[in-house]
Amino acid sequence: MSETAISAAASPDVTPPPERPVWRIIRDFRKSPLALFGLALLVVIIAAAFLAPWITPQNPYDLRSLNIMDSRLAPGEVGFSGISFWLGTDGQGRDMFSAILFGLRISLMVGLIACTAALIIGLTLGLIAAYFGGRIDTIVMRLVDLHLSFPPILVALILLAILGRGLENIIFALIIVQWATFARMARATALSERGREYVEAAQSLGLSQTRILFGHLLPNCLPPLMVLYTVEIASAIALEATLSFLGVGLPATQPSLGLLIANGFQFVLSGQYWISVFPGIALLLLIVAINLVGDRLRDVLNPRNIT
Amino acid sequence: MVYVIRRLLQAVFLALVMSFLVFTGIFAVGNPVDILIDPEATQAERVRLIAQLGLDRPFHEQYLIFLGNVLQGDFGNSFVYNRPALGLILERMPATLELAFAAIVIAVVLGIPLGMYAGLRPGSAGSQAVMAGSILGFSVPNFWQAIMLIMIFAVMLGWFPVSGRGQVGEFFGVRSSLFTLNGLQHIALPAINLAIGHLALVIRLARSGTQEVKAQDFIRFARAKGLHESRIVLVHLLRNILIPIVTLVGMSFGGLIAFAVVTESIFAWPGMGKLIIDSIRQLDRPVVVAYLIVIVVIFIILNLLVDLLYSLIDPRIRLDGAKQ
Repeated sequence: MSETAISAAASPDVTPPPERPVWRIIRDFRKSPLALFGLALLVVIIAAAFLAPWITPQNPYDLRSLNIMDSRLAPGEVGFSGISFWLGTDGQGRDMFSAILFGLRISLMVGLIACTAALIIGLTLGLIAAYFGGRIDTIVMRLVDLHLSFPPILVALILLAILGRGLENIIFALIIVQWATFARMARATALSERGREYVEAAQSLGLSQTRILFGHLLPNCLPPLMVLYTVEIASAIALEATLSFLGVGLPATQPSLGLLIANGFQFVLSGQYWISVFPGIALLLLIVAINLVGDRLRDVLNPRNIT
Repeated sequence: MVYVIRRLLQAVFLALVMSFLVFTGIFAVGNPVDILIDPEATQAERVRLIAQLGLDRPFHEQYLIFLGNVLQGDFGNSFVYNRPALGLILERMPATLELAFAAIVIAVVLGIPLGMYAGLRPGSAGSQAVMAGSILGFSVPNFWQAIMLIMIFAVMLGWFPVSGRGQVGEFFGVRSSLFTLNGLQHIALPAINLAIGHLALVIRLARSGTQEVKAQDFIRFARAKGLHESRIVLVHLLRNILIPIVTLVGMSFGGLIAFAVVTESIFAWPGMGKLIIDSIRQLDRPVVVAYLIVIVVIFIILNLLVDLLYSLIDPRIRLDGAKQ
């Protein structure tokens, strides 16, 4: 039952079974309060990041709205211009709350773009490797193995060492780092799907290989990949933050959370903790929220857990 | 033996491929002359320098020259320090290895007992706390965690120094800061920071391994024989959960060396990781290339060692992959 349920979830053109699998997934998902909390947190964070230009008390990168007299105010203090800074200000008098929301925007955007591209590349290569087998499979999988034997941070560091820092470069580096993970998962799933009857049926109907590959095999491989996609977004965001913190990621004109934390690091030693601590908490909340949702999705989408 | 030779050949091939990729990457990106030469130099001086560096030759020739030099241990001189790049890396390697070693010890010594405890008493409050802690350990970004450790234990409490490597002591010819009190104080925070992520992993592996093994027949048989519980846990159980953990420790040692980049930068630990970050920032290409080749070689050796270690722990695993 679970197999058809999942295939129908991914491709809406299939005639719906008595209970729409989407509802089953939502119902199962809701059974875990922790996961619901994670989802709620995630929605709040994404909404706040998306709406940042409209809901923040100041535009932290409009120099006219900054006042150097407000620099390094502790959380809760009222600034020169009468705004109260609930999370304090940084060295340039920037409201940390506003800076964090704008930073979240950049972090989320980088993570989403990089992961989506990596998913598409990895999925395509993995499917092709599994479906055609033979030499293509060997080449792709050798590449994947080679890739995965090096830690992501190292690969990213090397790429950025060659390319230099910049928004496009870090997105490119993250894609390079992550495609192999998706390719391996896609291949493993597609291999187990390839032997099933529906593929055989499609082949005996004389459908084209492209159609079988992307119309039939692909939708059935999606559930485990969606779980991976969720968690990989979290790790992409963490990796981007790390690289930006080290000064090899995003340039200072694209202040992601990692850069905010880096800027605050120098003040930690003199006790002005908030410049580093609050962006870090925002980053941590984002990662934890994504992981909670991903963990639950894994349980809900795994056919073995359904009895 | 055949297996070892085959693996070694594969390793050499891999190193060659990587050196080619790195060289191509560096080659594709721009001209080191622009960095090296005085902007006011004449065209003639420029051409002479290009010829002197061999940059006017075709790509494959340049690569072969590079490869030949590398095989003789010559990675060129650092632009910044004007000393051989390889030497710079090798003299910083002990500090990094020491840090990674300390982190592994922390992760294993704490992780295995905690994980086994969580696996043996799955419902208890203690084991739930352990698991919640391990999830948190996974999620906290390493660099931010380092800042928090510094803030709490160095700035607020003042228990540990903020940064740097302490005194180095000598013991049986091995020089390490693990042998002096001052050195231990300095290594504590960076080692803990590096260990936490892996500690969480070891806990998870030890827990799932314990849960799997404790239900098996030989454990029940050991109980039926009337063996003492501590012997069952420490001998029968521990031995059988070790394989994935050894793999992890072996595989992650390379990862630790790579991730030490973050920890070393924050704690100003004078290891290879800090050197590579500084070199990337200063566009010190020879050092970047040398670091990369060194780390690839380390990785290849580690992967080989892990595979060999497997067969020592579990003789059922045959190296040539044949089934018994």
